[in-house]
Amino acid sequence: MSATLASGGPSHVAPVPGLGLTLGMTLAWVGLIVVIPLAALAIKPWELGVAGVVQSLADPRVAAALGLSFGAAFVATLVNLPLGLLLAWAIVRLDFPGRRALDGTIDLPFALPTAVAGIALTALLAPNGWLGAPLMAVFGWQVAYTQAGIVAALVFVGLPFIVRTVEPVLRDMGRDAEEAAATLGATRPQALGRVVLPALAPALLTGFGLAFARSVGEYGSVIFIAGNMPMATEIAPLLIVIRLEQFDYAGAAAVGLAMLLLSFAILLALNLLQRALRRGRR
Amino acid sequence: MSVHIRDVARRFGRTAALEGVSLEIAQGEFVALLGPSGSGKTTLLRILAGLEGSDAGVVHIDGEDMTGVPARERRIGVVFQHYALFRHMTVFDNVAFGLQVRRRRPTTAEIARRVRELLALVQIPELERRYPEQISGGQRQRVALARALAIEPRLLLLDEPFGALDALVRKDVRRWVRGLHERLGITTILVTHDQEEAMEMADRVAVMERGRIVQCAGGEQLLRDPATPFVAGFLGEATRLACEVRGGVAHFDPIALPALRVALPDGPAQAFLRPGDILALPGAGAGTVRAVADPAAEQPRLLVEIGDLRIDATAAPGMAPARGTTCRLSLRGGTLFAADGQRARAEPLARVARLVGDSGM
Amino acid sequence: MSARFRPAHADAPWATLLVAGAAVLVAILLLALPLAAVFVEALRRGLPVAMAAIVEEDSLAAMRLTLLVAAITVPVNLVGGVAAAWAVAKCEFPGKRLLVTLIELPFSVSPVIAGLVFVLIFGAQGWFGGWLQAHDIQVIFALPGLVLATLFVTFPFVARTVMPLMQEQGRDEEEAAATLGASGFQTFWRVTLPNVKWALLAGVLLCNARAMGEFGAVSVVSGHIRGETNTMPLHVEILYNEYQFAGAFAVAALLALLGLITLAAKTMLERAGRRHSRSAT
Repeated sequence: MSATLASGGPSHVAPVPGLGLTLGMTLAWVGLIVVIPLAALAIKPWELGVAGVVQSLADPRVAAALGLSFGAAFVATLVNLPLGLLLAWAIVRLDFPGRRALDGTIDLPFALPTAVAGIALTALLAPNGWLGAPLMAVFGWQVAYTQAGIVAALVFVGLPFIVRTVEPVLRDMGRDAEEAAATLGATRPQALGRVVLPALAPALLTGFGLAFARSVGEYGSVIFIAGNMPMATEIAPLLIVIRLEQFDYAGAAAVGLAMLLLSFAILLALNLLQRALRRGRR
Repeated sequence: MSVHIRDVARRFGRTAALEGVSLEIAQGEFVALLGPSGSGKTTLLRILAGLEGSDAGVVHIDGEDMTGVPARERRIGVVFQHYALFRHMTVFDNVAFGLQVRRRRPTTAEIARRVRELLALVQIPELERRYPEQISGGQRQRVALARALAIEPRLLLLDEPFGALDALVRKDVRRWVRGLHERLGITTILVTHDQEEAMEMADRVAVMERGRIVQCAGGEQLLRDPATPFVAGFLGEATRLACEVRGGVAHFDPIALPALRVALPDGPAQAFLRPGDILALPGAGAGTVRAVADPAAEQPRLLVEIGDLRIDATAAPGMAPARGTTCRLSLRGGTLFAADGQRARAEPLARVARLVGDSGM
Repeated sequence: MSARFRPAHADAPWATLLVAGAAVLVAILLLALPLAAVFVEALRRGLPVAMAAIVEEDSLAAMRLTLLVAAITVPVNLVGGVAAAWAVAKCEFPGKRLLVTLIELPFSVSPVIAGLVFVLIFGAQGWFGGWLQAHDIQVIFALPGLVLATLFVTFPFVARTVMPLMQEQGRDEEEAAATLGASGFQTFWRVTLPNVKWALLAGVLLCNARAMGEFGAVSVVSGHIRGETNTMPLHVEILYNEYQFAGAFAVAALLALLGLITLAAKTMLERAGRRHSRSAT
């Protein structure tokens, strides 16, 4: 034993090494690629001054574009809820020939480049397209180059989000709850509506948020089918591009900032809704 | 090889996981850190291994101050609770790991020789090419041991290594690890919450409660002279009864147990009675036999119901206990703690015992 | 008794048929048809026309540029993503949640905005615009701009596949390696990396697919200069806007093939990964 003992102050030790290096790398990577560029977005509009920003955003064209982007995203994601649920159910609960193939196609919108999807959907839904022609002939509907076309494209884009978020929850759920409901006398629709659906609600909400966020900002899949008429079929990202081409950087940034803030507000609201749902269950 | 721990403290926010912990371990000793979960034993082990820092105090290993020395330089072998084997490496590679990452790496042939030697030592030479998922829990534990031994550690730390094993396997493995310790002579520290395990394997047991070491001694001494009520209750099996000391005599009223002579001040006290301290005598009495453990033994253990209580007692020699028979209880001794922590061994009041038994007081 | 026993939770056969049928119909209409349309339209004027569009000069230049952008972007996001995953999963520091939120941020941002932000910094009127012009350095409307925009858009992919897996696997093995004398790098290379290799590969594949297929972000920073600053998706747009539909779809078909191969590879990797982790201790 040594005659002199050390003072015995705190000694800090990390069990796994490498924090300094990896954290430094991470912060540099995140800072340079994400934080600083987004900071530029947050700062640029104010070059016009507060009044200038308000004026830039008060332009009816901006309101129309934002309304279209958010509105179409909302409608498309709403449509995707039952569709996504249907597909998830089919994949998880049913067994039929081609189930595996079905499962494989779900991720297609993830894997396909947006421009490819954009021209493909336009080809399909154009008045002379495979789907567009019968719709025109039977119902007199035109889909391409209208707002309906935008919604259709966003349905394509958002579908996998719903399916892939619901799928694992549905799989984990197992049959127990439904069996219990049956022994208590519930009919099948009752069991589904009162037991299964509420259990899936959080996952559906999460999927909604993901699909919505993606759809609001979608460009490549929508730009070909949209028609791009100002005030009618012009999406917000397109407005940003147009303002950039006119060298109205601040104006473009204003629209971009508005888009981001609106998206975050909606996502925050969804998050709170989810938390309220979860609290209600405790 | 010798370990000197002085005044080590570790706090997480407001709670102190360890406070004022001091311990001396001699070269080649086998010490157990025993305590319930939350007593800080694993924290102490991790501080020794260099996986966590301390907020105060010093740790010396072989006279060297370990402050600021990272885990990889301490040459301490650790066997983790869930073994932490490298899942994508074979058993051979797992054991070889510590040798392969050395600064002055031995030759491949030398590494292979050493690994095979160790696998033979832990008696699983045939598992060389297997992966962790393909072998049983007991075998994984041996791999973990071999892996820790490969670095020729000067200290071996075992963190509840037997917890994940079946009860049957556990007993064998315990004995075998103790044998290994005797063979190799490496200073070893075992963390466990199983007091039977601690007493069976260790030279000395440090009993920990809420971040402090309350007593550190050999197993026998702990049973004989527990320092606190906690130690008395945690080790061995003991019935804890409240009693009242009046004039040097402890009374258990209203429970029908004879009084005991004890050198404690007047006032309330806690009595810890081991099954061997309580004798069940045949005949009429306040007790009823509810269960008989090990009826073939010479003096079987009995579960006796007396009043509202069920107590573990020992059958008197020659008694043929059966469920439902009545008996009376006599006390041969016990450990008592006064309210202020003062401790004393109790003795029977010989002349009173017979009277009490008859009157059923 | 003629009826077969049907468990309480099962549906009537007609219901199952209906649901399955509806699901298949939706999948065909919504998912399979667009894919089919790409290939059918590409071959509408016959294979020679399609091939001609693909091997044409500007098209080849676009392919080279696409590959180059991906070749730069993917390694950067790979290294950054793995570093971030390690820091979050294996170490302790405050603000982890914030960091993870920042890493996932690009997913919620429109690709056009991704391009916009770099124009704001490096464009003619941007923060560095004057300086860049004075030094005759081109960022926007040139390769660096394309790379930056693609970096932003593909940022989270590797981190998002690797981080949760590392977190799930915990720190035990890394701690064991430390006690056995391994340095940080040795621990990472020999212990951690092999445990996440399938997820890592899947993340790289996704990152690559997105890098090659990105449209909105690169459209903004590109300048659309044929043969020079056009990636394949942009080239598709140009051909389409010039009514060269067959050509546009031909190049699009190539991109679609890339997407399909990525999808197939990812599925195989996931299966391999599941087999691997099922056997973990």
